[in-house]
Amino acid sequence: MGFFNIMDMSVDQIVLQLTGITKTFGKLVANENISLYLRAGEILALLGENGAGKTTLMNILFGHYVADSGHIEVFGEPLTPGSPNAALTHGVGMVHQHFTLADNMTVLDNITLGTEPLFAIKRGSRAARKKIQSLVDRFGLEVDSKALVKHLSVGERQRVEILKALYRDSRILILDEPTAVLTPQESENLFVTLKLLAEQGLAVIFISHKLKEVIGASDRCCVLRHGRVVFESKTSETSAEKLARAMVGGDIPQTSKVVQEVGPEIFRLQNVSISGQDGTTYLNDIDLSLYQGEILGIAGVAGNGQAHLADLVSGMISPGSGQLFLAGKQLKKITPAAMVAHGVGRIPQDRTTTGLVGDMTIEENMVLENYKQKNYSSFGLLRFNNLRKRALDLIAQFDIRCPGPKATTRQLSGGNMQKLILARVLAENPKIILACQPTWGLDVGAATFVHNQLLAAKKRGAAVLLVSEDLDELLGIADRIHVIYHGRLTPAVSPEATDVSALGLAMSGHADVIAKRLPRSIPKDSQEQAGEVAQ
Amino acid sequence: MRIEARENVSWLAKLAAPAVAAIIAMAVCAILILWTGASPVEAYSLLFSGALGSKFAVSETLTRATPLIFTGLAAALAFRAKLWNIGAEGQLYLGACMATWLGTGMFDLPALVMVPLLFLAGALAGGVLLLGPTLLKTKLGVDEVVTTLLLNFIVILFVNWLVFGPWKDPMAMGWPQAAPVIDSAVLGQILSKTRLHWGFAIALFFAILSWVLVRFTSWGYEIRAVGLNQHASRFAGIPVDKVVVRTALISGGLAGFAGVSELCGLRGYLTLDLSPGFGYSGIVVAMLAALHPLGVVLSALFVAVISIGADSMSRSLNISNYISEVATAISLLAVLASMFFSHYKIRWR
Repeated sequence: MGFFNIMDMSVDQIVLQLTGITKTFGKLVANENISLYLRAGEILALLGENGAGKTTLMNILFGHYVADSGHIEVFGEPLTPGSPNAALTHGVGMVHQHFTLADNMTVLDNITLGTEPLFAIKRGSRAARKKIQSLVDRFGLEVDSKALVKHLSVGERQRVEILKALYRDSRILILDEPTAVLTPQESENLFVTLKLLAEQGLAVIFISHKLKEVIGASDRCCVLRHGRVVFESKTSETSAEKLARAMVGGDIPQTSKVVQEVGPEIFRLQNVSISGQDGTTYLNDIDLSLYQGEILGIAGVAGNGQAHLADLVSGMISPGSGQLFLAGKQLKKITPAAMVAHGVGRIPQDRTTTGLVGDMTIEENMVLENYKQKNYSSFGLLRFNNLRKRALDLIAQFDIRCPGPKATTRQLSGGNMQKLILARVLAENPKIILACQPTWGLDVGAATFVHNQLLAAKKRGAAVLLVSEDLDELLGIADRIHVIYHGRLTPAVSPEATDVSALGLAMSGHADVIAKRLPRSIPKDSQEQAGEVAQ
Repeated sequence: MRIEARENVSWLAKLAAPAVAAIIAMAVCAILILWTGASPVEAYSLLFSGALGSKFAVSETLTRATPLIFTGLAAALAFRAKLWNIGAEGQLYLGACMATWLGTGMFDLPALVMVPLLFLAGALAGGVLLLGPTLLKTKLGVDEVVTTLLLNFIVILFVNWLVFGPWKDPMAMGWPQAAPVIDSAVLGQILSKTRLHWGFAIALFFAILSWVLVRFTSWGYEIRAVGLNQHASRFAGIPVDKVVVRTALISGGLAGFAGVSELCGLRGYLTLDLSPGFGYSGIVVAMLAALHPLGVVLSALFVAVISIGADSMSRSLNISNYISEVATAISLLAVLASMFFSHYKIRWR
């Protein structure tokens, strides 16, 4: 049994050394002369905005790409470039942002999958179970090994991924944006686990763009920008402010939230429920009011019904029961076209599959919702001159970086795709704006642009419904926040009356604690944070 | 090995790709010709002179291209909307049935009214035939590949029954064929002493019209959007189902045109060999043209050249004229591969 003894490794030994890694894709320099080292027993945070080169670097480490130059040493041995197995056999394990588990198999099967002979008579030998149990005990990775993965929460699935890596005797663990899908409390648990791993001599790299958790959980941090290492420091000797400046490469753009008098109610959901064909309840008796001149936030962990809420407001689905009111009038016909006609501007969560037709041009995508207007088509013919004029105007107004209005939208970066959708929506002066995860995957500059546009729309009297999993975003620009959990909404609170930990508890089902006050019953692991918040 | 997307594919490369593909296809076929013991050089020179070597040869090629343009357009428009219409063969025959029913003496009108009327009726028949599978697709999610394909056999068996039964022409010496269309329903010749009829000109006209539809109209915009990203189209408020149904009517109508044109321009009467698979060849024609309506004309001509040329070559060299079908198939594969390679490259490591 190749079960290593972690204690054999001396702390401070350099276990991973990347030297002078350069990788280019055509003209794009994804990694430029990157050198990194990792010691046993330390947690290194790798920071950077989207497109800074973090993922490319990890893909090179795992043999998916071959670097143009540079080399990698693991435990003093050079790593064969371009071999996905090399990293694994050298004890480097990776936990991906999107889990790679088989939903219909048990935890035990998932962990041992691929490590046992193909024609073994019995899966999950006693030795395997014993090894898993010892890992669970040692690192506090509590999970039921007999449970089916599809029944696990996101946090538990992540623990299975970590166990999977440890079971394969990984001594270096890399986690890609591990907290993206977790509630704040689950994130805290994760960092406790990572600390335990590091204390026992493992080396951990976690990739993130969230400064707070980097400051809280890492020993050392390293910032990538435009493919280069631009900043490296012990975490104790730096600050969130310094890291942010290094990531962005200058001053951080500011959003300016203005508190203003709200107008009359413009949109209301009343007793709305939506169930699936199999009886699953997605939305359970929802009441929601949206006023002119406000941003109403919907917080929640993905899969709690916010997608159905967004689809409903987009007109993609009809409610199973309950009513929708727009400016006091009940909506009978709920279709995408009807919602557009009623002045609902919709920014979908998925830019590429829902928002844009990637193989059509920018000018064509700009009129996807209103090509039938007289201005854009007459006698059945598209008025391409007007299409082009609108595209050029909006490209200038929203600073969309593109080769021109005739370029396909597939060629655009994520931020510019989002600007295009924003431009298309805001150009129609919508009364109501539905924004689903509008800054997901955007860099700080683009995210701030989106926030400022939403704030400007609010200022001119639009009502904004902001569905987001990013609590900092909600606390930053929303005027009121609902939390959605298992298809139900908590009462709305103002950002001033709540905080990340209270929202986080509400997101995991403790609806009574959405307001910033000491709750009666809270889970053990979150007592510490909740305790800081005096009533 | 790894597949990587090419950036900024030039127009030259896009145009060169099909040409290279045609050369590769000819080279592969040359091996087959060598295998039969003939000289590829001689075979190809016979093929091209047989298809393009004289006024008569050219007229035969254009005549053969006519139904292929119609069925190619039918496939191209439907495929643009991701409606997989494999039923052009049946739609063609039903169009021809309609023209036979109305054009064999039920009434008589001046040719200038009669011919458009028959085309319209044939298109309606083809369109309605495709409407069924399309509604099953949009309402119930039934796979239209299966339903349109199987409808072909139903229609052909129906025609079989007609020409052996109620429509059998007593003057045809016992052959299973319907009565000939009346004089005012006949499409005239473009060139005297050839078989090239006005159907070819009508096909060209509809190719241009289809291009205008796809490129410049709001209907074409809807077809492209729905085909390229149905989900985003639905989200944006485009009536996806309506667009698909409308496209089905147009596509089926074009295939119906092919039947009317063959019947009134070339054969004169309905038989079971009216189409040697023009409906299926139309799919190949559309794919070779990358679903571009004007490209359909070029690829229909290409397929017609090969099939007419191969007929004449096989007579002279005693090679089976199946070589033309092999050549067409290899050309299609080569063109699809070349289109792939003009957009992607393979890196070996």
